[in-house]
Order: sequence, then structure tokens, then C-alpha cells
Amino acid sequence: MDINPIRKLEGFTNPKQIPHTYWVAPLTALIVVFGWELTVRLMHLPTIILPSPIQVLERFGELLVSGSLMKSTSATFIEIVLGLLAGSITATLLGYFIAKSHLFERLVSPFLVASQAVPVVAIAPLLFIWFDTGMFTKVLICALIVFFPVLINTVVGIRAVPQSLHELMRSLRATRWQILRHLEIPAALPVFLGGLRIGATLSVIGAVVGESVSLDSGLGLMITQGRGGYDTPQVFVAVFTLVGLALSLYGIVLLLEKKFLAWQDINHS
Amino acid sequence: MPETLLTARDLTVTFPDGNGGLHALGAVSFSVAPQEFVCVIGPSGSGKSTLLRVLAGLIQPSSGVVDYACGSSPRIGFVFQQANLMPWRTVHENIVLPLEVNGENAQSANQKAQEMVDLVGLAGFENAYPRDLSGGMAQRVAIARALIHDPDILLLDEPFGSLDALTRERMWMELSRIWQARRPHRDGSSKTVIMVTHSISEALFLADRVLVLTARPGKIRLDLTVDLPRPRSDEMRYTPHFGKLARQLKDAIG
Repeated sequence: MDINPIRKLEGFTNPKQIPHTYWVAPLTALIVVFGWELTVRLMHLPTIILPSPIQVLERFGELLVSGSLMKSTSATFIEIVLGLLAGSITATLLGYFIAKSHLFERLVSPFLVASQAVPVVAIAPLLFIWFDTGMFTKVLICALIVFFPVLINTVVGIRAVPQSLHELMRSLRATRWQILRHLEIPAALPVFLGGLRIGATLSVIGAVVGESVSLDSGLGLMITQGRGGYDTPQVFVAVFTLVGLALSLYGIVLLLEKKFLAWQDINHS
Repeated sequence: MPETLLTARDLTVTFPDGNGGLHALGAVSFSVAPQEFVCVIGPSGSGKSTLLRVLAGLIQPSSGVVDYACGSSPRIGFVFQQANLMPWRTVHENIVLPLEVNGENAQSANQKAQEMVDLVGLAGFENAYPRDLSGGMAQRVAIARALIHDPDILLLDEPFGSLDALTRERMWMELSRIWQARRPHRDGSSKTVIMVTHSISEALFLADRVLVLTARPGKIRLDLTVDLPRPRSDEMRYTPHFGKLARQLKDAIG
């Protein structure tokens, strides 16, 4: 999976110029794991400080067989998906109106910016007091974290639609809906998807923050339990699963970009 | 057929600048006959583009009126200084845009688009994206897009200003050819064109009539009929008559 958007920006866009680099990431991972195993063995580190990769793998197998890994992962995954949807839909709608109306922007942007100065971790306990310790609050925390990058990128994307293309649409007497559909959405999509890419990664953090406070289910709970029970391998298993989730979401957004932004890509067929 | 397609009366445009306003256009009146090719020429900042945008309904005039014989909301074909294509649409999809906006069915839209592609000489490039086109090709797409919905009037805002000299002169030929190829129009007339330019040769090569605007606030200083025979050729630019007309325009622009 290509998770490096910079390559596109740097102009190495001709496939013939890019040497095949798919082996680099697996090789790096292999070296890191090998180094990790070696460190644990040479320094005789206790499992509670740093388990070896083999111990983590064993614990992974146990948690997989017992079914608790699947249960935790799916709980977290549902929170992430709901939070990502709720956060990005709200942010897109609000962002659109902010981009279109200066009055509205003046009205809400001070509050939005101020809200970003408050760490979600700090207000998470408050939210649980206010709303209940259930699913709703965890999804809310997740949505709050996703919200801002998507909002900003929606505003920037809509604002960046060239004035001359607006003139074109108006010269054709296009309706508001047609302008939205034929001009604003496709023009803002690259920047918007950039925001969604950040949001997707952050949503994982949101879910874990929520679970670490509510302590009722999910990978966040698994981490807290692992730490409390001196079960460091379990912490590692949970963290790696979270990384896997984040990478998958990131990959989904990349696929969306590939599908909808083919026109930007010189490699199109 | 009405004698005038378009009448502009006492058009003024003042942009607010916090300092009494910027007078872009001062009391401009003229009329344009159907089929006529009118060029508007003038020094930079004379409000040529503003005038064109008022005619297109993109800017409301501060005072004065624009009357179209064909009704209050004429179909406009607008060609901008830059090609102004949508980078996410292919050549074909860009050309077909006005028909999509008008809600025309896909089959007839595609057929018309193909005719336009052939007319502007871009066959084979239908599926190319704008970034793969040269400046001249992009501007051809823009012209095809402006013509596809059979507009009542074609408005061109220095369409060849950003092209190099050779391409520009080739585009004059092309535009002449396209303009004549589009006759007869749906009601038996040809396309009416108003084109803003800052090139005297361009105006004389293409226009039936040239309006010269003064510096800001723009007013009409000269309304010159170009009585050069058509089709016009390169050679014509070296005749004494062409030189005389060019001289008149040059003096009026000042």
C-alpha cells in the first residue's frame, strides 16, 4: 500500500521513473522486528518491560482463539466508523456553510478555533458525566476528533474553487444545485479527501481515548487491562491491532482518491 | 428578423472601493445586429471585460439597461481569457457541460459534442484531460463549449490573449471558419459575436465593426465599420486599406 502522498507531489509520477519499492516496507519491518528480538535477548529484558516479538505473537494467538480480540476489535471498529461518519458529515455540512457565508463564519469560527485548544482527552471524562458511559459518548469523542481537519479542508476546498468557473456556471444560468454538483463538489474533492485522510487516522485515537475513560469494551479497555494486569504482551497486541485499523481506514480513503481523482494522476489509462 | 439583437443604453458600472467608487464604465450605448461580429478594443483598464460581463448578466450595471431582442434571459456562450476548463472533466465532458446544465438528454448531447469536437478539429482528443492540452487546444475546447448549446450570442473576453503569436493567428483563421461554418443558425441567421481584444490586427481580421473604448471610465470613442471583404486572408493585412483602418483605430485608442 502506498501511504506516501508526498511522492505524488514531488512529481515522480511516471511509473517508468519510479523503481519498484514495494519490498522496502516489509524489509524495514523485518529488520525492526529482528532488532527488537535481538535487543530483548541480549539485554535480558523482562516481559513486563518489553516482551519479545515471539511472545507478542503467542499472546496474539491466545487472544484470537479465545475470541476476545475479535470482540474488542469489532467494538472499537464500530465506534470508529460511526464517529468518522458522524464527524465528517457534520464537518462537511458546516464547512460548506462557513465557506459560503462570511457572516456565518464570523459567527461560529471563534468558537470552533477555541474548541480546538481544548484537548479531547481533558474533556472526555466530562462528556461521560454529561451523557452516559455508553456507545454514544465514545462515538461523540471520536466524531469530535475527526471533525476539525475535515471542516478546515472543506472550507479551504470550497473557497479554492476558481472564480472564473463560477462565472462560467452563472453564464450558463446554472442553478445552485447544479453549481454544487458540477462545480463545487468535484473541485473541492481533492482537498476534502486530504482532510478525510487525516480524520480517518485520528478517529482511531478518538475511539481509544473514549474507551480508556469508559472502560467497558474495545481495544482501549484491552490496553488498560493489559497495563493493570502487567500483561504487556496484550498491550502490544492491542496497539498493533489499532495500527492495523488506522492503516486500513487510511487505505480506504486512498482508494477513494484513486477512484475519484484519477484525473489528477498521470498514470491514468 | 429583428434589426438589432442587443441594445445597450447608458450602461455605467461603479465598483465600490470605499473611496467614492471606481468608475469602470461610463454611459456606454450601442446596439448590435444579428449575425454581426463586433470587437471591443481599448487600453487596459477601460472596462472592456466589465462591459462583456454586464452583457452576459454576470455583473449588474449600476445604471442603464441591456435589452436582448430574444428575451430577458438569452443563451450566452462565454469564452474566457484562460480556457477555464474543468480539470476533472475530459475534453468531451467539458464540451457537453452546457447541455447538462440545460438538462438535455445524454444521447443528443453526445452527438452534438461530437459535432463540436469535429468542428474545432479535436477529433481523437475527446478523452484527454485539460492538463494534456496545449494552450491553443484548450481554447478550442472552450470555444466548442461556448457554442454547443447554440447560444443567442457568443461573448469572447480576449480569448487568444494568453497564446503565442503564431498560435493566435492560427486561431483567428479557426474562429473565422467556425463562425462561418455555424451559419445558418437555428433561425436562419448566423452567430452574433462580441469579442474583447487589445489587438488591432485581431479586431480588423475578425470584426464587422469595432468599438473603441476610452480609458476609465470607459466610453465609446469610435464606432468603426470594417469593410474588408470576407473571407479575410493573411495577405489582406498588408493592403493600404487595412493600414488605413488600423491607423484610425490606433489614433482613437491613443
